[in-house]
Amino acid sequence: MIETAATAPPGTSPAATSPAATGPADAGPAGAAAGLAALIPRIAAISGPGSVITDPLQLRTYECDGLTAHRCSPGLVVLPESAQQVAAIVRACAQAKVPFVARGSGTGLSGGALPRGDGVLIVLTRMRNIIAIDPASRRAIVEPGVTNLAVSKAAAPFGLFYAPDPSSQVICSVGGNVAENSGGAHCLKHGFTVHHVTGLEIVTPQGELTWLGDGTGAAPGYDLLGVFTGSEGTLGIVTKIIVKLMRIPESVTTLLAAFTTMGAGGTAVSAIISSGILPAAIEMMDALAIEAAEAAVACRYPEGAAAVLIVELDGPQADVVRETAAVRAICEQAGAYEIRAAHDAAERTAIWTGRKSAFAAVGRISPAYIVQDGVVPRTALPQVLEAITELSAASGVRVANVFHAGDGNLHPLVLFDDAVPGASEAAEKVSGAILDLCIEHGGSITGEHGVGVDKSKYLPRMFSPDDLDTMQLVRCAFDPAGLCNPGKIFPTPRLCGEVPGIRRAPHPLVASGQLEQF
Amino acid sequence: MTAQSIPALLAGACTDIRLAGKADAVGGCQPSYHACPASTQEASAVLRVAAELGLAVLPRGAGTRLHWGAPPSRCDLVVDTRRMDAVLEHAAGDLVVRVQAGVSLRKLADVVGAAGQRLALDPPGSGGAGPGGAGPGGAGPGGTGTIGGLIATGVAGPLRLRYGAPRDLLIGITVVRADGAVAHSGGKVVKNVAGYDLGKLFAGSYGTLGLITEAAFRLHPKPQAVAFVTTDCPDVAAAQAVMAAAADSPLAPSAAELDWPRREAPIRAGILLEGDPAGVAERAERLRALLTGAAAGPVATGPVATGTVATGTVPVSAVGAGPVAVSTVAPSWWGRGAAAAADGTVLRLAFWAGELAAVLDAIARAAAGGGLDPAVSGSAAAGVLHVSLPPSTAAAAVAEFLTALRTALTRSPVLAAAGGAAAAGTAAAGRLSTGPPAGASATVLHAPAAVLDAVDVWGPVSALSLMQAVKDRFDPEHRLAPARFVGGI
Repeated sequence: MIETAATAPPGTSPAATSPAATGPADAGPAGAAAGLAALIPRIAAISGPGSVITDPLQLRTYECDGLTAHRCSPGLVVLPESAQQVAAIVRACAQAKVPFVARGSGTGLSGGALPRGDGVLIVLTRMRNIIAIDPASRRAIVEPGVTNLAVSKAAAPFGLFYAPDPSSQVICSVGGNVAENSGGAHCLKHGFTVHHVTGLEIVTPQGELTWLGDGTGAAPGYDLLGVFTGSEGTLGIVTKIIVKLMRIPESVTTLLAAFTTMGAGGTAVSAIISSGILPAAIEMMDALAIEAAEAAVACRYPEGAAAVLIVELDGPQADVVRETAAVRAICEQAGAYEIRAAHDAAERTAIWTGRKSAFAAVGRISPAYIVQDGVVPRTALPQVLEAITELSAASGVRVANVFHAGDGNLHPLVLFDDAVPGASEAAEKVSGAILDLCIEHGGSITGEHGVGVDKSKYLPRMFSPDDLDTMQLVRCAFDPAGLCNPGKIFPTPRLCGEVPGIRRAPHPLVASGQLEQF
Repeated sequence: MTAQSIPALLAGACTDIRLAGKADAVGGCQPSYHACPASTQEASAVLRVAAELGLAVLPRGAGTRLHWGAPPSRCDLVVDTRRMDAVLEHAAGDLVVRVQAGVSLRKLADVVGAAGQRLALDPPGSGGAGPGGAGPGGAGPGGTGTIGGLIATGVAGPLRLRYGAPRDLLIGITVVRADGAVAHSGGKVVKNVAGYDLGKLFAGSYGTLGLITEAAFRLHPKPQAVAFVTTDCPDVAAAQAVMAAAADSPLAPSAAELDWPRREAPIRAGILLEGDPAGVAERAERLRALLTGAAAGPVATGPVATGTVATGTVPVSAVGAGPVAVSTVAPSWWGRGAAAAADGTVLRLAFWAGELAAVLDAIARAAAGGGLDPAVSGSAAAGVLHVSLPPSTAAAAVAEFLTALRTALTRSPVLAAAGGAAAAGTAAAGRLSTGPPAGASATVLHAPAAVLDAVDVWGPVSALSLMQAVKDRFDPEHRLAPARFVGGI
């Protein structure tokens, strides 16, 4: 994704308007715009006039999500307040053959909630009830607009928390987390959204309400819940979510280790993983990222560090004490010249501040930047980091590295000055080359941000036409009309057509007597 | 009825193909041919020809769970994965393994075990947990089952509480579709959200969507030490209290199991702790103290570091659990009991863990009504139990028991309250209007033929029409394991 450090006024950059949102490959059914006009009064009748936005200036507010490089003003915004309203709105869209896109808090980083100019944007922020907490079964039932952190806050009195913790957790919505299968720093140990969702009430692209999963995590039938989670809003709209809650760990310790080379930090990561210890999080930053964080939030990381490693351990107290000592020893052996340990919330915050501010902080040292989200096998980290350094040196494009080292999820920040002609293109080129590196090493183009509109062109580098075609069989089963968040994930949407009929006539070989019929 | 010769097209597609014999029949369905492809490519050629010839295809592995599910309605060609038995890649440093589908769980465990790692799945009957060769690949007979079968049946054992089911550890999959096309999803990295996750769809799909030929899994370090904390519970309330105490404790149990072999027997409870030797020993003593109520004060369950208010846990002694034992060896019933019953009828119940006592009560009442005495075992703290009835039980009695059980399984009151609103609103919503989920289910894993004839194997299923739509897209001619799955899929 491309991030402009100084937020430009909305819509001032016509060049940045996404071709994916308006291009001919993705223009949607003919007459959608006309259909949309007729749809406005119907949708206003469903959700009430106060829930519909048609004013062009106000529509602009919704023209992008967290990925600001792609912008498109929605044809209509509606803010429903109940699952029934969402279902009725989607039914109306389906009947009028008007495309629709769901949006939560709009913090997505791949343009998954990029609206359609000829479509309806269904914003779920008014559906923010925590419906129930069941401490005995360790479950919560929430509406999609509830923020990620609000779930943990509501569960805390019971000694429970909701484990997935994307760095935007203060504002991002659980519905959006489901759409993107969000991770977070602690998913190394605790897993992603898909490991913590056990039931979803959805509105199908035809406008019907149904449940996927029943909260048990072992409902009979296909695991549609598992496929839906991470489908980036292309299979329907979530209206209720049942999540698992976990026991808050008894003890948490955070270590900060400083190294004079990235290689030494990488060695420490490998050694920790192979020691049999599973930390809750292992994060790494390079010198450029540290410099940015220092400039932005004065995180006071050890001076002269070419790399810092943040390792967080959680669990039963005695285990955490022993594991902390072991990790400390590993880091020292790998050449750490300073190690700090945080034992309380304030000390921990001090360590995490630098890491969490890194993306935004890069704005201090560069006018614009692209964030990548590639993944490599953990053991390939040193090679890939070295190759990124070479790429950067050869192209003259600076790259800051901030990443979830424990699971090999890189977030290289490709820095450029968007005022310099050609700089953006050069940065894009480096960014694409980094994704190629990830694929070459057996990795992925996205670990947690999603494909959205941002990476759909890279998807064929990872998957064959048959792979993509097979994935789209799922899409066609849910959304044969292709109206639900069209133009996302897949570079060339499949025309679903009718399901071929079951073979009725005898096979020619049977008819000719070459083959027996059983 | 059986074929006399192998069609040339089929023989050309696979080097290891033969006419099927009586031993190849599945659920009373006699196939004509039996093919053993050695690679994804060869499997693709076989399925392409099967599509051309309109053959009904039944995937199989070692046959450990081939009798699970409803019997197939048609079966012309059995595709056996056992020649696809290569461990393709064990990236020990990455804690990832990639295997062909015909690899046995035991072989996989041996390969990754040599590096001190394990696939944290221990399906019933595969052997106990423990540091020395235990877990899948232990001495139990179930370790012979294939990885493909494990994924296709979505089976999990005691470790479900901490590590989940195959779908939770699967990070990449290769399948051959009904038309012979080969498709991959995921990959070999532990974190990946590129494209739809077909592995989720194929996990637990009983061979009805395609043939699984390769899979990649996330591995975990083998624990250096284990402890089993066990106690007997006189009644269902005590059983629930023990399970809740373990699951709600900060002691990070890897498993919390019940075994109730017959109505008059006490309910045996066991909790598995794993980790380094000192940590496990210390946690086992803390758990023992917690369960016997001997702890001097309330047990702190809040995080020390953030100072969250501690919530006390009710000592189990308050509800009358028996003496608590700690051992490094699994109790004899661990991962066995009803869940591993080889014959008769075995049901799988899924429910909200907080409803455990009500579910155990429902089982007892439904059984008493029909004069039955089922065995019950499973991952109670994870909301999964198995119920078994001996082969001698009359089919009508099993059917009656199942019906009574399904009626009695109550959904979580919390879910009922939350779902009520959805139910009211779905009245006009069309074909999928199934209301809120039941929040509990009872399915037949396997049963004698007479029982299968007399029962609804899968029971009611939410979003069935979406599942049928998925099946229609993947297998429009319904040639893959037809009728084995929910709703006749």
